[in-house]
Amino acid sequence: MTAEGIKMMIDAALPGSGVEIVTNPSVSGQHSLRLDPSHAVAVAKFLRDDEGLSLDFLSNATGVDWPDKEITEKVKVKRPVTKTVDGVEQTAEETVEETRKRVEPGCLEAVYHLYSVARKHGPVVIRMRTVNRTDQVELPSLTSVWRSAEFQEREIFDLYGIVFKGHPDLRRLLMWDGFKDHPMRRDYVDPDDFEYEPTAHDEVLKRAEAHRAASQEGRAAGQ
Amino acid sequence: MTVGAFIQETNKPEGWNRPPVMKPDGDGELLEVAMGPHHPSTHGVFRMDVSLDGEKVIRLKPVFGYLHRNHEKLAEGMSYLGSMPFTDRLDYICSLTNNWAYALAVEKLTGQEVPERAEYLRVILGELTRVQNHASSIGFLIQEMGASGTPLMYAFKAREKILDLFEGLTGARMMCNYMRFGGCRVDASPAWLDDTRKVVAGLPGFIDEFERLLTGNEILMARCQGVGILRPELAVNAGVTGPMLRASGVNYDIRKVDSYGIYNRFPFRVPLGDHWDVYDRFMIRLLEVRESIKILEQALKEIPAGPVMDAKVKIRGFRPKPGEAYGRIEAPKGELGFYLISDGGPNPYRYRVRPPSLINLTILEDMCLGQNVADVVLIFGSVDIVLGEVDR
Repeated sequence: MTAEGIKMMIDAALPGSGVEIVTNPSVSGQHSLRLDPSHAVAVAKFLRDDEGLSLDFLSNATGVDWPDKEITEKVKVKRPVTKTVDGVEQTAEETVEETRKRVEPGCLEAVYHLYSVARKHGPVVIRMRTVNRTDQVELPSLTSVWRSAEFQEREIFDLYGIVFKGHPDLRRLLMWDGFKDHPMRRDYVDPDDFEYEPTAHDEVLKRAEAHRAASQEGRAAGQ
Repeated sequence: MTVGAFIQETNKPEGWNRPPVMKPDGDGELLEVAMGPHHPSTHGVFRMDVSLDGEKVIRLKPVFGYLHRNHEKLAEGMSYLGSMPFTDRLDYICSLTNNWAYALAVEKLTGQEVPERAEYLRVILGELTRVQNHASSIGFLIQEMGASGTPLMYAFKAREKILDLFEGLTGARMMCNYMRFGGCRVDASPAWLDDTRKVVAGLPGFIDEFERLLTGNEILMARCQGVGILRPELAVNAGVTGPMLRASGVNYDIRKVDSYGIYNRFPFRVPLGDHWDVYDRFMIRLLEVRESIKILEQALKEIPAGPVMDAKVKIRGFRPKPGEAYGRIEAPKGELGFYLISDGGPNPYRYRVRPPSLINLTILEDMCLGQNVADVVLIFGSVDIVLGEVDR
């Protein structure tokens, strides 16, 4: 089943769901469908329940980070230049090369690989993108459609920071609860004191130091 | 200040004085037990936070990450070949199938062809890996049931011979690092193939002996039958794969479905369970070993002469065209997949391992609810996980 065929089926069943085909230039030929997050759960339910597709098995769910890209390009621009030729001022158009920089905003992406156990076909790849990488990182959770997304979406939340709305138990999976950053992001920097963790020893050592100082003062006062 | 008071004041862990968890009907307290991270049945460092009403489990939350080293991030910082040895460390019982899955994904990305002889060697090594994994996982399961040692040592006796074969071919017993993109690293000598034939000829005897020891055992039947039932609809929806899925009666073996490599040349049957319990998972593994032995016998008979790798192919520093590929195989524990995105550079832009061990644990709580706490150990053992792959 091709990506085009599946897109046509979705469009027929759920008009206006905004599914786009993302072509994959690799020889693997695994093209994917980009879903509009606001219709994603309905489309996912259709993919699972449709008789012809019955994609009942979500094999793999993962995140991809696409950071902001600064693109430097040279553009030829025409602009008027005033010149003085033989004492007369003239305005002529000249083509000048200009270097322009623009920033292509990045995003976080969730990718799902679907197979059909009933009909034994696949993979069908679906993907969703967040608006940006900082404050609008919410995507709908597909755990209500496929249970196997439960731990995998938790892992994406943990390592990439995509917040899955409607997930029953969205906690960190691999890093510990107090951890702040998202280590799989491309711009993640290890903290310098990565090995440091406050232990009971620190507390005890601090108290011992205070105790030593106090006892020295006491000794000095006593003498 | 007394020592006790000092400790109490300084070392208060978070939540030390939280109120007891009451039963849902308000009649008494629940007992909260942290099974792990150093519980002997957890096969490594893994924790289950269990709430008990008497002996009965009413809540179970697995806690992961004790062995997390961000394998995927490491792989994004090195060349495609560079992470091949690290794949050995995912599921360290079955390093060769990990190699195979990764090689398969990269071959999908680049479109490399694999020579005939290398395909046969991959099948032989993959099936030997399956035999030793299933044997030792059954051994561990019985060990957790309290039959301390004996069945596990029977399993290890067979596993040892297979590990010796791995060492003879690849130089390492467990961290084999053997497969390459477009073939295998070294060729197998005729002597090695003869040794393998001898070991494979001894395997049916081992399985018969193992079955005589276990299958009809009264205690094993009493402990396993009807315990940890997993319905097929839930198993498919929760992404459970491998022997777990087939024990729930779902006919889905990636060797048959995708027929990757040359698996379409081997006639073998897919054993399915019909009671969906721990005993079925145990039996499915035994039956799969018998099918693997058939595949091994055929592969060892048919293996052709020829190269195991195209000598001209570039394995270092190659740059796949931009694009992505997802490749998967039927590893002994379930569907092991690798998802790769290339941006045209020498390193993968994105490298993802689809770990069967982690995803098979999604339904651990569903299987354990209402069971006795002693059976949690058993149900967990029947999932067959390796923490190196769960936490990556």
